[in-house]
Formats: sequence, C-alpha cells, structure tokens
Amino acid sequence: MERASEKSAGTKLSRRRFLSWSAAAAAGFILTSCGPKRLREYPRNRLRRNLRELERKYSSECGTEVTLSDSPAVPGVLFGYALDLSRCIGCRRCVYACVEENNLSREPQVQWIRVLAMEKEKGIDFAHNDHYYNPESVPEQGKFYVPVSCQQCRNAPCTKVCPTGATWTEPDGIVVIDYEWCIGCRYCMAACPYGARHFNWTKPRVSTSEVNPRMHVLGNRPRPSGVVEKCTFCIQRTREGRYPACVEVCPAGARKFGNLLDPESEVRYIIERKRVLVLKEDLNTVPKFFYFYGT
Amino acid sequence: MRPFRVFYRFLTGSLRLVLMGNAGYWAWVVLLLALIASGLLAFRMQMERGLVVTAMRDQVSWGFYIGNFTFLVGVAAAAVVLVIPAYIYNWKPIRQIVVYGELLAVSAIVMCLLFVVVDIGRPDRFWHLIPPWGRLNFPDSILAWDVLVLNLYFVLNFGIVTHILYRAFSGRPYARRVVEPLILLSIPMAVGIHTVTAFLYNGLAARPYWNASILAPQFLASAFCSGPAILLVVLQLLRRFTRFEIKDEAIWKIAELMSYAMFLNLFLHGAEAFKEYYSNTEHLLYARYWYSGLGEHRTLVPYAWSAVGLNILGFVLFAIPTARRNPILLNLGALATYAGVYIEKGMGLIIPGLTPDALGEIYEYAPTLTELRIAAGVFAVGFLIFTLMLKVAVPIALGEFRLDRDARGRVLEGLESAGGSGDPSLSLPSSAVRSNR
Amino acid sequence: MRFLTMLLILALLYVAIPRASDDPHRQTPSSPEEQPEVPSPPFSEGVFPCSDCHADMEVNRTRRELTDFHDDIVLEHDEQQRWCLDCHDATERDSLHLASGERISFDQSYRLCGQCHGEKLRDWRAGIHGRRTGEWNGRKQYLLCAHCHNPHQPRFAPLVPMPPPTAPRRPGQ
Repeated sequence: MERASEKSAGTKLSRRRFLSWSAAAAAGFILTSCGPKRLREYPRNRLRRNLRELERKYSSECGTEVTLSDSPAVPGVLFGYALDLSRCIGCRRCVYACVEENNLSREPQVQWIRVLAMEKEKGIDFAHNDHYYNPESVPEQGKFYVPVSCQQCRNAPCTKVCPTGATWTEPDGIVVIDYEWCIGCRYCMAACPYGARHFNWTKPRVSTSEVNPRMHVLGNRPRPSGVVEKCTFCIQRTREGRYPACVEVCPAGARKFGNLLDPESEVRYIIERKRVLVLKEDLNTVPKFFYFYGT
Repeated sequence: MRPFRVFYRFLTGSLRLVLMGNAGYWAWVVLLLALIASGLLAFRMQMERGLVVTAMRDQVSWGFYIGNFTFLVGVAAAAVVLVIPAYIYNWKPIRQIVVYGELLAVSAIVMCLLFVVVDIGRPDRFWHLIPPWGRLNFPDSILAWDVLVLNLYFVLNFGIVTHILYRAFSGRPYARRVVEPLILLSIPMAVGIHTVTAFLYNGLAARPYWNASILAPQFLASAFCSGPAILLVVLQLLRRFTRFEIKDEAIWKIAELMSYAMFLNLFLHGAEAFKEYYSNTEHLLYARYWYSGLGEHRTLVPYAWSAVGLNILGFVLFAIPTARRNPILLNLGALATYAGVYIEKGMGLIIPGLTPDALGEIYEYAPTLTELRIAAGVFAVGFLIFTLMLKVAVPIALGEFRLDRDARGRVLEGLESAGGSGDPSLSLPSSAVRSNR
Repeated sequence: MRFLTMLLILALLYVAIPRASDDPHRQTPSSPEEQPEVPSPPFSEGVFPCSDCHADMEVNRTRRELTDFHDDIVLEHDEQQRWCLDCHDATERDSLHLASGERISFDQSYRLCGQCHGEKLRDWRAGIHGRRTGEWNGRKQYLLCAHCHNPHQPRFAPLVPMPPPTAPRRPGQ
C-alpha cells in the first residue's frame, strides 16, 4: 500500500477506490459495448420494429406505400447464375431493368451491371474492351459482349477486407451490405477484381414516380450517401422465389438463374452439360456467376 | 508538491511558451491556422455534398487522401531511424534527439488518422471501427490490423515522450526500466506499422500493381529515407533559433543512414520495373501508365520522372560525404528526398494501382482544389501540433522550462520539488552535449 | 394381426417416401412426351384459322414462289431445300406436320423445330434456352419458339442498344 502511494507522488489511491473505478469502467464497457451493431446481429423482433419505422420513413420520403422485407435465406438454397455469351447482344436492357428494380440513383448515375464489348479476335480481355459502345444497332460485327456485375464469390475478397464487417455472405450465397454499418472506406472496392461495387459519392436520387416500393432491407431500399452498394441478385425477388429483373428482361434469353444445390435446376444443368467459365479464375474468388457458350 | 499543481504549472508554463515567439514563429503559426481554417471550410463542403467534390470516382476510388495517409505512415515509422543508432549502437550524440523523432511520429500519426477521417464516406460512423462500441473485423481485415497498430504506436510514442518530458520538467528521473524497453519496442512497432500498411495494398489480388511481395520492403526503405528529412530540417532550425545544441555528426549520420535507405528504395523500384517490363504481361499496363502513359492518358508521367530524378538527386547528395557536410547541399538533399518519396509513395502508388481499373477502364484522376485544401489543412494540423510540442519540448530539454524555474528559465526560490533536479544523466542529456560552436 | 401391421407399414411408407410427381416444384417436363404449357402461338392478325380460306381451295403441291397471297412472307430458313408445305400440312392447313407425316397443332410447333434443332429443343425443355420469367423454383413458364423466332426468318434482327453509361467526370466538368 505504501509503495503505491509513494509512486503516485502523494495521492492516496486506496485499493477500494481503484476497485470501484475499475468496476465502474467495466460496467460502462459492458453497457456500451454489448448490444447488436450490425443488422445480422439484431434479434428478429427488434429488427422488425426497426423495419416498420424504416418503412414509414421510406413511404413518406418516396410518396408511395413501401414494403420493406427482411426475409431470411431459404434453407437448402445457394444461388447461382449463368450467362450465355453466345446469346448476349449487348443491348443493355438488363442494365436498365436493374436500375429500375433496385432503385439505383439516376443522378448521379449508378449502374450495377456493366456490359463490356470485347473483340472476338482477342477473346475475353479485361485490359482492352469498350464500356461506352453506342452503335446504331447491336450486335456489332466482330464483337461479343460480356456483362459484368457482382459475381457473388464464394471466396470473396470484399468481405475479407471490410474493417467493420459491414459486408458478409448470407447463407444463400448472396453477398450483402449493411448500409447502416458501412463507413464508406472503400477498401472493398479496391479489393473487388470485377469492379462490381459502387459508391454513393453523393446522395443518390431516384424520382418518386420511378421508385420500386417492394424493398428488402439488405437490397434495394434507399441508400444514404457515403456507403457502398452492389448487385444483390435482386434479393427482394429471389427470396420470394422470383427471378432477378435482369434474367426476366433479357430479350435473347442469355441469363439463367437458380439454386446450385438443386440437381434439377437450370444452373446445374448448364454447369454439367455446357462448358462454363468464370472471370479472372486465377484469383481464386470462386464466383457463383458462370459464363458459358450455349451454341 | 501535489501532482495537480505540478500539472497546472506545466500547463500554464506551456501556454506561456507557445505564446512567446518572434515574428517568424508567429508568421508560421498564423499561416498554419489559416490553412486549417481553409481546410475546415472545404471539409464542411465535403460533408454537405459528399465525396463527389473530390475527383475520386468508382474507377479510381482512392486518391490524394489515402496517398498522403500512406506517405505519413512512413514518416511516423521513420522516427525509429534515430532510435536504432541511439540505443542499439549507443551512439550518444543521437540520444538527445530521439525525443524529437518521437514527437514527429506522434504528429505524423495524428495526420494519418485525420486523412482517414476525411477520406471515408461517413466520418460520423468512425466509431464503428473502435471496439467495444464498434466492431473490428480482426484478424481478417488488414485495415483492422492497421487501426490497431497505428493507434498502439501512437499511444506508445505519445506515452514515452510525454513521460520523459514531464518528468524532466518536474525535475525527476524518468522510469528508465519501463521507458527504455518501450523505446526499443518502438523499433519493431515502427517496422510493424509500415509493414501492415504495405500489406493493405499487398493483399489485394485484384490490383496486380500492388499485389507484389516487394511492396513491404519498399515501403520501409522509402519511409526510412523520407521521414528523417523533416527532422534534418527541423533540427537545423532548432539549432538556429534556440539554444538547442546538436552536433554536426548527428545530423550527418542521419543523412548517411538516409542515403542507404534511398539506395535500397531505388534498387527495389528498379527490381519492380524489371519484373514488369521484362515479363511484359498485361500487368505492365499499370507501370506503363505511371512511367510513360497509355495512349493519350499521360497525366502522371511528369510526376513519375520528377520522383525518380529527385530520389536520385537525394541519394547522390547524401551518399557523398563532402556533399552532405555542405549545409546547402544537405538541405537540398533533404528536400529532394522528401519530395521524391512524397510523389512516388503518395500518388505514385495509389493512382497507377487503380488505373486502368478492374475492368480495363482508364479514368485519369488528379486531385481537385477541395482535396488540396483539405489535405493542406490536415498537414497544417500536424505541423502545428509538432511546432507547439517542440515549443515546449526544447526548453524542457535545455533545462529552461522546469518546475522550479519561471518561463524565462530563472530559478524560482522556495518551490519544493520531489526528487532532485539538474542531474544530467537523468534529464534529457542536453548538458552532456558539448557545444559545437 | 400381422397382415394388418404389414399393411399399415406399407401405407406409411407410401405416404412417407417422396415421389417426383408429388413435389409441387417438380413441374419441369422431364420426359419428351410431356407437354409444357405455352401461351398461344403468335399468329399474324386474321391469318388463323387457315382453314377459313383453305378449306375451299385446291391443294397445289408444286414448289413455287407464292404470288396471290402470303407473298409478304420471305422464306429465309433453309429455303434452298425446303418450302412451305415441308412444314405446313397440305390437307389440314390448321396443322403442321412432322417428317413422319404426323400432324401436330401449332401449339406444339416446338416438336417441329426440334426435328432439326434437337439440342435447342432439349435445352428449351430444360429451361435454359429462351427467355426465363417466373419462379426459379416453381413452375417454368415457357414460350414457343415462334414467340421469339419468326419461323420464316428466324434470324434475330439487331436491336438498338440502350444508352451507354455516363463516363466518370471530375466535378465541374
């Protein structure tokens, strides 16, 4: 006891005072640190209450009745996607269907799908391709088209690097972002090899007449400024059993979607009978988005 | 004397010290405050409108702020360049300036943290990174590691330096058995912070320009030649404007060490360039964009070759003993080294790594005025902190600012102090230094 | 008593073991004989039923270029080898016919296309050829070949692409 008081040059720090301060600190620690931080840690009834509040907020902001779903992953489902490169003609209807379905900002423009025009002679070449092709009609002679969006990697580099854990892979394989937890550091964007992640450099703007009111909390609800967003396989549709918007709109029938765990699904059929490839395979991201040549 | 009274005297004395200065000092402080004010206004605009006021876009999602952050982590790590000869080789002339290296490290870390705050999209959510209120994705995310080690390094250096100075102020010996192991610990920590920062980039397979094993050693080499450049200049200023004495040998030794580090830096860059140009894969595109441009996209080429030229100049000036002993050439070399590494490690690392982007698109990034204003503001904060800390630290080191003396260094009668004062081996050993004038 | 127990066990097994036809999601026609549900064929206006005109007309099986009617149809589908009556049935104009002579309705025109385009027919049945709408785990919604491909000129006409993305710009540009 005396040594302690000597070292502190005069203040009499009793054991009791030290213990009471430590207890107060520990209590403060526990009170402030316990409790859910990210959406995935919220207990369901509390999440529901938050969702009802958010729904009311979005309904008044968007001027229409919004439904905000929090439907969980269906067990036994792992989503997969297959895109037929021999059929894509580069018409970009998928891009705009996605914009409408997912309430993407019109101004500034945010698009989750980017269609790359590549030359048939060079094959798939990420160093030389055209994002801004605008001919009178597509397909153009000598070109083929590779639409790229989030590949929903099984070994996702983006979820690995997020410092706050604001992005993770759901049990049904969709890589999602908690828009309330993301701090906007953009490390995930640097880590993504497919340029699939997009940042809200300012407040996103969607006109009220174009809002899609059927929303999912991890998907197409309005995002704030300063957070990252990306394709969620239309989580608001696919968890209700429907196809993503891009699959349904493609006029050439180039896009296929289904449950990789279902041996009778279309994607499994394609993987087993067609020759599929993935983009940037050497990076070992193991995407669930496959490309194939149907003819 | 009760500790709160000691602290109160320390505070009031420090305040008096920072408010006492000649015209040059005040011009410098006013300039820094003006830059800070400008930076704050620009930052407010950035908070209102979002990061769209910068030139960063999806294609180049990191830019000037992160470039400066990376460079300043190197500066912070460079304090250790002084610690190694001081304590490992027990080279006494440098021991006195270890404290200034640590003050520089503290200021640099503050700037690093500020650059991160201004860069993230939601600075209001910064607390998400701080457990227990937030959640750190440790150990998967290297950024989480960086948060930890940078803050630990800050606490370490801040603790050491304030302890030494405060104890010297109150005329008591610092706790050698605790402090000296911590100082030695700062060596691996300095290597650690810059290695972790290098790993931030190194670990991204999506960016071939960064995904090179050479990055961590190259970061360390460039850090150890750039950080001490500031100290070189500052020490000469201190020698000029205060009663602070430092042997020329100490300064020349720092310059010599910097030349070795610069040689390593140049060698590693050469090795990188060889690998890119000789293997001639499509990954060469990034280095080509930096050194010779791609098509009509040539924004960075002048910077690339300026950096190379400045680095070589700095190396030559410091490697030749007669050159580094010449005060003009010494300062030219320091400036050249600092500028060269600033360019090469700031913009020369971030932008070529992201151009062309993951899908082959080229967006030419160059910082906007808003970014420059905010960055200047952050630098001004760091320089101001460093200046103010020096304004207090140097008089303590010289024995002028003491508990038992007033602001002008005259001994005050009748004041008690716990422990002895004036013991040269226990306080900052400025009195052990022989004047070189 | 033992017989009843056996009966009970068998009944339980029958109920418990899932079978393909029970699964509400298992509605893909897996055998070639099953007929997927398709919307009605995309006839041009007023042209069906063909028998409205052809019931009273003579059958002329000579290969020729039509001049009186249907002259707006330009055949660009293996036109060197085939002409109208190789697919359309000469005597029952409201039907098509297969190579074997079997008459099929327009609702099953995929069987006709599938004679030459077998792998497309196989892929179409599996759901991977052609546009997909509906539910990924539910009933597939099929379209006829003719809904996307004009049987007389099956080649897709080029489309006008939708606008390219706006290129990233510095603020103020």
